[in-house]
Amino acid sequence: MKTSKPFVRPLGRLQIDQASVAECRSLAIEISKPIEELARTHTTVSIERACLRFAGVDGVEGEGVEAIPVPNRVVDEVKKAIGLERGVLIPFFHAVRRAGGVQRAADAISSGEIVPLWPEGADYDSALAAATGVAESAVATIAAASEDRTRVIDKVGEATKPWLYLIVATGNIHEDIPQAQAAAREGADVIAVIRSTGQSLLDYVPFGATIDGFAGTFATQENFRLMRAALDEVGDELGRYIRLTNYASGLCMPEIAALAAMERLDMMLNDCMYGIIFRDINMQRTFIDQHFSRMIHSLAGIVINTGEDNYLTTADAIHSAHSVLASQFLNERLALSAGLPEEQQGLGHAFEIDPDVPNQVALEVAHAQLIRECFPNAPLKYMPPTKHMTGNIFRGYLNDGMFNLVGALTGQDIILLGMMTEGIHTPFLSDRDLAIENANYIFGGSIALAGELRFEPGGDVERRANQVLEETRQMLAKVADIGMFAAIEAGMFADTVRTRTGGKGLSGVVKRDDEYVNPVMDLLSQTLGVT
Amino acid sequence: MTAVKPYGDSTDDGLVQLSFTLPLAESERTRQAALEFARKMGLERAQVVHMKAMGPDFTFFIVYGATQHSVDADELVVPEREFAVLSYQEINRVLRETLKRQLVVVGACTGTDAHTVGLDAILSMKGFAGDHGLEYFPEMRVVNMGSQVDPAEIVETVRANDADAVLVSQVVTQRDAHIVHLREVRDALVEAGLRDELILVGGGPRFSTEQADELGYDRIFGRGTKPSEVASYLAYAAVNRHQIATTR
Repeated sequence: MKTSKPFVRPLGRLQIDQASVAECRSLAIEISKPIEELARTHTTVSIERACLRFAGVDGVEGEGVEAIPVPNRVVDEVKKAIGLERGVLIPFFHAVRRAGGVQRAADAISSGEIVPLWPEGADYDSALAAATGVAESAVATIAAASEDRTRVIDKVGEATKPWLYLIVATGNIHEDIPQAQAAAREGADVIAVIRSTGQSLLDYVPFGATIDGFAGTFATQENFRLMRAALDEVGDELGRYIRLTNYASGLCMPEIAALAAMERLDMMLNDCMYGIIFRDINMQRTFIDQHFSRMIHSLAGIVINTGEDNYLTTADAIHSAHSVLASQFLNERLALSAGLPEEQQGLGHAFEIDPDVPNQVALEVAHAQLIRECFPNAPLKYMPPTKHMTGNIFRGYLNDGMFNLVGALTGQDIILLGMMTEGIHTPFLSDRDLAIENANYIFGGSIALAGELRFEPGGDVERRANQVLEETRQMLAKVADIGMFAAIEAGMFADTVRTRTGGKGLSGVVKRDDEYVNPVMDLLSQTLGVT
Repeated sequence: MTAVKPYGDSTDDGLVQLSFTLPLAESERTRQAALEFARKMGLERAQVVHMKAMGPDFTFFIVYGATQHSVDADELVVPEREFAVLSYQEINRVLRETLKRQLVVVGACTGTDAHTVGLDAILSMKGFAGDHGLEYFPEMRVVNMGSQVDPAEIVETVRANDADAVLVSQVVTQRDAHIVHLREVRDALVEAGLRDELILVGGGPRFSTEQADELGYDRIFGRGTKPSEVASYLAYAAVNRHQIATTR
């Protein structure tokens, strides 16, 4: 419907300095080392809770807004009784034997009936055996998400690229569902359910079907399940698989990743630094959590969406173009080190240059093509203009058209559709329909050009691309020089200063001691070849 | 001034364009419904220039028509806020040109309140409802102290950073805790001799603007406040203070 021509990723169209690209990659490896070491030697409350969820711990204690999820209660009680330095699974499975069942043990720990302890001798051995059994079922559950997806796609059919990505955000899952189905019928290939304002700062995952989100809908396992079923239903009707997206970001990256795998979500917003810079979440917490969440995403076949577009909504899109590419090299490296392959790295960027800047379309083409060339195997996610959407919806519609054109010419895989009413209100039904009409017109009319277009050697586009690449190399060299933590402390990313011990969630970071045991993490690492 | 009508291509033609969606399947009857709707809105000679089905249950319209109504702008009573909401560029420009340095803003949730949602919506880079927070403004430096901050710590932080403004956020309102906590901060700042030099702002979903005097604050913001409103107010207040200080 979009076009009779197949989607292509135009490559080798710009003469960019390949030695410089290689240097950016080796700098990213160097920069990431201390982060990888941090993740290897620490755990967090959310990682431990994610492992409990794989063991079948679920539910809430209390009611309404006061309700505390049982996984939180168990981790808090273990922490209080014996600390988390050795992990939660051994004391928990010791309690399972004492209580005679997973949910009984969880309830007994929550209520204080069982005080968690570290078992010795044969008790330890039997707890370890039980935890190892859970690891096997956890890995099987995560892998099943990927197998299921393949099976459903084989049955209903795959959507043609580029995938048109639309957002719903009513706050009420029961309102979201018909809107998401309507959007799919209008032409959306990917539905993202925006989360309620502030969920990223909650150190727990809310429970059940929710109707009371603010400017978005809470990410809960039940909401995931309901939306998955609704999109499978409409996908079946339309003859193409409709992908579901949510957010593994904020304070609960590992847990939400676990729930996404259980409910077969397809894409998750997941950035190595977004929470630190834009949400003031503690950097250690974020780096440790993103690593584990990416291991889950990898095995579940989930495409992550990184958040580089945010750098351009908060800084000038020309002066800060290199910060996008630098962050992409880091996101790529930290994905690979968590076993997440290039094919699942939906690296993000955005069309955010001021439309009043002369030659801005050529500059956007240069940036987008440079990123295409640097990451030939990544399903790139291209974000529409937001910053310069003024309320003049007529010009906004044209801006979105230019965005679509640049996306078509440079072979961007995932297109988040721009709304001409961006910044005015949550989109009307008609705003979404017009956005799809715009995209179908531009992609249908011009995508074949992507395979035909060549750029003037040494011309404006090529020179600009090489300039951004060089600035990226310089920025990464500077970060490598002082180290990632110091670079963030110095405000090198988005001009925002964050300290090692500042921000939210540090109290949930625990250094592992020699006795730390986590068979779920071990088996996941082994399966993915993560060292 | 006399009453005016919208101007299409000649005086008093009253022409307007509008677009809307009806929750009806596309049909001739639905087109007539759109025209009837336009007539009820006071449009004469209405024309549907575009009708499109959006799925099986909705139809989108673009309609032109001539309004019967006219307006005398001089007769309007325009409610005025003490400050104007400025654009991102204007706020930065005003601060840059007046202060010639960054405006330093300290923000905190005090007392037992652990809900930083409101504070973060106003302060954090990401902001709220498509509106970036104060951290986004290059001409502001934000110190976000987070939740359950003691008034004494706020005093200390104001001193250490030579702050220009303090933002106190309160979400929880049991037994009027929000009012008590806001007053505690003000009292601590008064006692430290810092109150008069500061722009003191309170906010939360249960406050209303009229409470500023009673609480001893310069400005109170209520539910649904966007960061740009707070930023505009801070720019306005900072300029006022600067002018008073320089003319003194």
